This record gives sequence, C-alpha cells and structure tokens, in this order.
Amino acid sequence: MTAIAEAGPADRPGPLLADGDRRPHSLGLLVVAGFLWLALAGLVLLWPDAQEVERTRLLGVLAGVFGIAQLAAWGGSRLLTPLARAGHFAPWLIVLALWLAIWEIVTAKLDLLPLPFFPSPQAFVEVYTDDWRKLGDSLLASLWLLLRGFVVGAAVGFSVGVALGWSRRVGYWIHPVMRLVGPLPATAWLPLAFFIFPTSASASTFLIALATAFPVTVLTWSGVAGVQAAYYDVARTLGASQRFLVFKVAIPAALPHVFVGLFMGLGSSFAVLVVAEMLGVKSGLGWYLQWAQGWAAYANMYGALLVMALMCSTLITVLFKLRDRLLAWQKGLVKW
Amino acid sequence: MVALARKTEVEPAGVSVSARGVDHGFVLHGDYLPVLQDVSFEAGPGEFVALLGPSGCGKSTLLRLVAGLDRPRAGSLTVDGAEVTGPDPSRVVVFQDPTLYPWRTVWRNAALGLEARGLLKQNRGRVDDALALVGLQEFAEAYPHQLSGGMAQRASLARALVNDPKLLILDEPLGKLDSLTRLTMQGELTRLWQQRGFTVLMVTHDVEEALLLANRVIVFSDRPARIHADLAVDLPFPRHRDHPELLRLRREALGLLGLARDW
Repeated sequence: MTAIAEAGPADRPGPLLADGDRRPHSLGLLVVAGFLWLALAGLVLLWPDAQEVERTRLLGVLAGVFGIAQLAAWGGSRLLTPLARAGHFAPWLIVLALWLAIWEIVTAKLDLLPLPFFPSPQAFVEVYTDDWRKLGDSLLASLWLLLRGFVVGAAVGFSVGVALGWSRRVGYWIHPVMRLVGPLPATAWLPLAFFIFPTSASASTFLIALATAFPVTVLTWSGVAGVQAAYYDVARTLGASQRFLVFKVAIPAALPHVFVGLFMGLGSSFAVLVVAEMLGVKSGLGWYLQWAQGWAAYANMYGALLVMALMCSTLITVLFKLRDRLLAWQKGLVKW
Repeated sequence: MVALARKTEVEPAGVSVSARGVDHGFVLHGDYLPVLQDVSFEAGPGEFVALLGPSGCGKSTLLRLVAGLDRPRAGSLTVDGAEVTGPDPSRVVVFQDPTLYPWRTVWRNAALGLEARGLLKQNRGRVDDALALVGLQEFAEAYPHQLSGGMAQRASLARALVNDPKLLILDEPLGKLDSLTRLTMQGELTRLWQQRGFTVLMVTHDVEEALLLANRVIVFSDRPARIHADLAVDLPFPRHRDHPELLRLRREALGLLGLARDW
C-alpha cells in the first residue's frame, strides 16, 4: 500500500544525496502539504458557514494540527530519520488537502450541493464525535460475526478439500453435492436460513461459513490433487506413513492454493456479512447503514462505509501477513 | 563423517539384489505396452551395477520395481532373499530431479526420512553429518530455490544417505547437471560408495559414466527392455577416461547399443 509514492523516485539516482541517505525525494513536498493543511484550517475557521453545521471549529483545529505535524515531521527528519518516511505520503497529503478544501467550499461554505445527500466535512466529523459508541458497537458485532463464520467455513472447507483431494471414496460422495450446491450464492439461502435457525446470529454465521467454505474447499482440493507424484514417491521410499504423506507432504504443498481460497472466501464472506446484517441481524455495520438510511442520515452512512472499508482492508492485510509468514519459502509473492 | 565411515568398516552395508523373469508394462489407451521383458540379473552385496540403455527403454521402471514403488506383473524381485513388497527405507532412491520439498530448508529436506520414521530427535547429528559429507553444511538453512542444480542434487543425495541405505537406487541422478558439475559428482559418488559399502543400482544412458563408476554394466535393448549383455569392468578406482581397457569397453558397449559405426 505504501509503495505508490516510492515507485517514481526510486528509479532515478539522487545526485545530491550521500550514500545511505534514504530520505524520499518528495520530502520537500511535505512543507507544501503542511502549509496547504494550515491554509485549509484557515479556510474552515475564518470563512463563515452558509449551511447550518456543527463541529466547524473542531474540523479547523484538526486540519491545523495535522498541518503543523507535517511541518514538524519535515523539520525533525534531519534529526530523526524515521520521520522522513512521512515524505512518501506528501503528494497524497497535498491532493487530500485540495480535495477537502473543494468539498468544504461547495458544501458548508457556499451550500451548492443538495442536503442531505452531500454532507459537509464537519458533518462527517460529527458522526464520529457524536455516534462513536453505536459505530464502535456495530464494528465489534460485525467483526465477531465475521470471525465466527469465517473460521468455521475455513476449517470445514479446508478439511473437506483435503479429504476430496486425498480419498476417492470421499470424492464419490462429496463431489456431486459440492458441484450442485457450491456455485449457489450463499445469500440465496438467506430466507431459508433465517427460518430454520433458532437465532439470526446462528443463521448468519451459517451463511458466512457457507460463503467462505466453497472457495476454500475447491482451492484446497485442487492444491492437494495437484501435488507432484514424485513428492509422494520420495517420502514413500523413505518410510513415510499415510498420515505423514497427508500432513507433511500434501498439505504443505497445497498451502499456496489454500491461501488463494482463503482470500476469495474472505471476500465473499464480506458480501454475505453486509447482506445478512441488512436483512436479518439487528446489529453490525450493515445494520447501521440500513438504520442510517431510514433516518436519511447520509453523513452517518458515509462514516460507516469508511469504517467498513478500513475493517475489510485490515482483515485482508492480516491474511496476507499470515501468508507471507507461512509461505516465506515461495519466490515472488505478491505484496499487498 | 568419520563416525559414519568407521561404522561401515565394522559391518558390510550392502545387500544383494536379484531379479528373475521380471515382466512389466502399462495399459495405454486400452492397449498393453510391454516395458520390461524377462529381465533377470543379480547384484552382489556392495556391488556398483550400472543399467545402461537407450532413453525411454524402461530402465527407470525397473528401478521403481526394485524400490517397491510398483509391483511387477510377472517374475520375482528379491533383496537379500526377501521378496520386495513395498518401499523400505533401507532402499533409497535418488531421482533424476532432486525433488526437494520447496517449503523445507535443505536441513529439513535431508531430515525427511528420519522424521518420517520418528527417529529425528535422537539422530539430529546424522543430518549434519550427511550434509557435511556432500559439502552443504553452510547451506543447511537455505531453501531449495536458492540452490544451483548441482547443489540441489547433492542435497537429495544427503537426504538419501541420512538413512544409512543398504541399497542406493540412482535414476540418472546426474542427467540434468552441467558437464563440470557432473564430473565432480561422479568422483563424489565413487568416494561415497567406497566409504559406505552399500550396493548401488544406477540407471544411465551415458556409456562413459557407466564405465567410470560401475563394477558391472548391464546393457539393455530398446523397449521392451531385455538384457543384451553384462559387462564386467575390472579396473581400480579412480579410473581415467582414456584408459585403453575403458576405451575398448566403451566401443563394445556402443556396439551393443547399435552405435558403433557412428564413432
């Protein structure tokens, strides 16, 4: 994620930088960014609002503090080299300041965009200052539900995938069922699940597990089935048992495929999570979105969307970090 | 290394191998394809026997049968008088490809056999010794993708030697190496065999390699493979490529393979 700003300057040799000086070339831009954020603070605080909004002062102060922090990072980078890393973000910070300024002008300051669809930046800030408790509860509820469903689905998918790849008899019974049921979107089970299961929580855990299990099963299966026969020959001539062949040969060899399956499973579990929370569960970020729409609280919707995006992105990052640790032996891993 | 060598002086490590009337083949697109036909030979304890023949003639199939990875359709294969019914760690195969597990370090690859039999804890030193024997002690923590072709093949040799094999089955182990690495490894193989005293069955299609390394060279015909000739190579080690007896045997072997006129 942080590689974007690095890509450009890294190709060109820096003529004036001494050996070992790895400060980014965009470090100087940090001054520009800092002053732009200070200017944004001035714009917010000094230009009277046309819309009836709260938290204008807080927004201005936050922008000002952020601007000063950037200037401090630039100044301090001569003494404390880790601070220089902020330079990588300087182009982004400039664009963000400009974008916020335009947003602020066309909403709060000139009232050009219709309310409530286009709330101002301070309305956005207000969501977090005034409704953080409900948002936080929703985030925790979503995370907990997702975790239960994903762990169950991944465990079932992995076990079934290994069994399918290993045993012809298991394949005979499970393969046709999986071919028929697997491609069906988990959300299609929604009405039935909420009817059959005693609670909406258990119903949605089941749905998320189902959505996760299918890609994990297929990829684990193809990973185990695709292991070179020579790997088994080697282990067999050295006296390996069936158990050893499964756990020490087939599964490690299939692990790169398993992680592709987990990645796809996590993606589809997000989709099912939101749908389940919107339609049945009375908590979570999906429910919060639905609730905010009912009140036409568009700022709250944007705020919840941002939280949701951060949650999903963080979970994917965690999965990739885990993969990088477990598959360190592989060459050319894609960095997330 | 020293300890290993001393141990083999006390007890001769090799086994005898005997094949009698072995037939084998595969069903391909509904037709039976004979690969081995009435193959019989004997290899005494500690002998180095090369199986020489044209590419794809079925020599590797014979090695798989001796290793116990497949069962012959007819005939019998015995090791020290006992019928071969399945793989056994006393008969270790080194394949043409190193087939190291890419998710294991060199050390853990070499430790595979001991780990599979639950003997690793008491015998960690044997893994270190085997890696030292093939000159890879400094690469113990490297992953296979970091090794050159020759180093990878040496690692797979170490993986075999850790198990103290009584029979080493080599399936063109040097076939994919560059010629310089090949020469070095040929020398190392002879040294290991003399030091450890195991029996060796080596498949190769390289006449010179067979004559340089083996006590006996069994020449196979084209598929289905039948034994053409059994040449004794009665020369001391280390051998030189341009020894007149070796040149004579080379001409004879090439003649048996139908290539004499091309040289």
